[in-house]
Amino acid sequence: MNPGETPFHATPLEQRRQLVQRLVRMLLLCVTLLLLVPVLGILGVLVFEGAPALSWSFLFDKPQRLGAAGGIWPALVGTIWLTATALAVALPLGVAAAIYLSEYARDNRLTRLINLAIVNLAGVPSIVHALFGVGAFVHFLHFGESILAAGCTLAVMTMPVVIVATRESLKAVPKAFREACWNMGATRWQTIWRIVLPNSVSGILTGVILVVCRAVGETAPIMFTGAVFLRLVTPETVFDRTMALSFHLYTVSTQVTDVPRAVPFAVALTLILVVLAMNSIAIWFRMRLRGRKKW
Amino acid sequence: MAEPARSRPAPAVEVRDLNLWYGTFQALFEIDLDVASGVVTALIGPSGCGKSTLLRSCNRIVERLGYVSTTGSIKVLGHDIHATDASPIQVRRHVGMVFQRPNPLPLSIRDNVLFAQRLHEPNRRSRSEQDATVEQALREVLLWDRVKDRLHERATSLSLEEQQKLCIARLLPTKPTVLLMDEPCSALDPAATTAVEELIWSLRGRYSILIVTHNMAQARRASDECVFMLMGRVVEHTPTERMFVAPARQETADYIEGRFG
Repeated sequence: MNPGETPFHATPLEQRRQLVQRLVRMLLLCVTLLLLVPVLGILGVLVFEGAPALSWSFLFDKPQRLGAAGGIWPALVGTIWLTATALAVALPLGVAAAIYLSEYARDNRLTRLINLAIVNLAGVPSIVHALFGVGAFVHFLHFGESILAAGCTLAVMTMPVVIVATRESLKAVPKAFREACWNMGATRWQTIWRIVLPNSVSGILTGVILVVCRAVGETAPIMFTGAVFLRLVTPETVFDRTMALSFHLYTVSTQVTDVPRAVPFAVALTLILVVLAMNSIAIWFRMRLRGRKKW
Repeated sequence: MAEPARSRPAPAVEVRDLNLWYGTFQALFEIDLDVASGVVTALIGPSGCGKSTLLRSCNRIVERLGYVSTTGSIKVLGHDIHATDASPIQVRRHVGMVFQRPNPLPLSIRDNVLFAQRLHEPNRRSRSEQDATVEQALREVLLWDRVKDRLHERATSLSLEEQQKLCIARLLPTKPTVLLMDEPCSALDPAATTAVEELIWSLRGRYSILIVTHNMAQARRASDECVFMLMGRVVEHTPTERMFVAPARQETADYIEGRFG
């Protein structure tokens, strides 16, 4: 220590370290901000290009001239049908599997095999799911090309994420509750039904809605299994075929001539708004239920 | 192993030649132990010596904890809990467990007390019967006067001391004979510890209590008999006053005096 310096004076070495630390911090911040660019860019372009074509009549009218004019009402309704069907199939199956895996399964070869299968299922490209859906649901189960077949295909595709989301929610219920139940003589099922599920249902529902809604933006899984190019009436049962926003976006962008420039952007904007709206509902739901958390 | 000298009724729990393995790891070796009826028996010993495992064997909850295999027998009130016609569910109804950290369920105080009864009885009892059950159980743990006006509040809104008392109360409606307690006071402050210890002492006589503790002072003041375990074996089992004054084995003396563990 030089005379006149306090013992806490920063050494030159430390000053250099401080400089490096600040530089790294700035660099990481810049990279993070860079990631915002595509998000804002997509939204900006869609709003800028699509907003002029967006109107109540665009949302609520039938398409004319193959979608080049008129509205998107049947596609909008179709997308909601598909979402609901996919949710109705994915929720019970995924939750059942997740409950088995997190509450019953022991760590043995079968469990590891199942986990491996789930991870791999998550990596299967959506077009392969589509072909599976054609074979399994459209032909083998005789659903035909229908909302049901398309919804089942979407459900299978989202199953891995549904299972993961559900397991996370189940895991969030403290182990001490299970121990307390077991030690009072509860079976595993009594424990799950009376304590684990009531305390994880909000997380499960939110998680599942979030991941399934993300899937309805997909085109590939539905284009061979139930989505149609043009169908002017809205579906009435799950055995109908239907238009869907994602597929409609594909057709008006590539298959139909004389489409005004703004129309595909408006369709894309609507699709994003639908997904955002459903996510917001899920998030609102979670906030509401979390407010009632009990431990 | 020294046998306790005093004469008394049939033991509440009789463990004979119990060996227990977690997978290939042997946690308990040739345990022979009689837990006397109607008194408090303290299980002491260093961490990892098998106290909790032995405790968890007495209501067969070890079976839920992974690959466990056992040999030997455990009898509660003269009946083998591993008999082919014995159900672990019924065993747990008669042998209750209290944990280190109070773990009331995320339900109301009232529903916590009624939880076990509802598990075991297919038909719901009438409202007045349930009320009586709740009052009796809460009175028995000296909690009734403090919570009688807020039975519908969440159990987690209680203090830790009250939560632990509630965790004892919720075992009582199924009329258990043995209460197992795994360090029931170690998450509590000194005043709460005293209160819960006094409660445990007051339950003596009606229930046979087997309590794991790391607190030598607690073992000394709040138990009738003391069992010292080391490395998965029972080293010594004597009346508490004798263990703390004249332990028979050198390991016991070393542990009690704080030379290890």
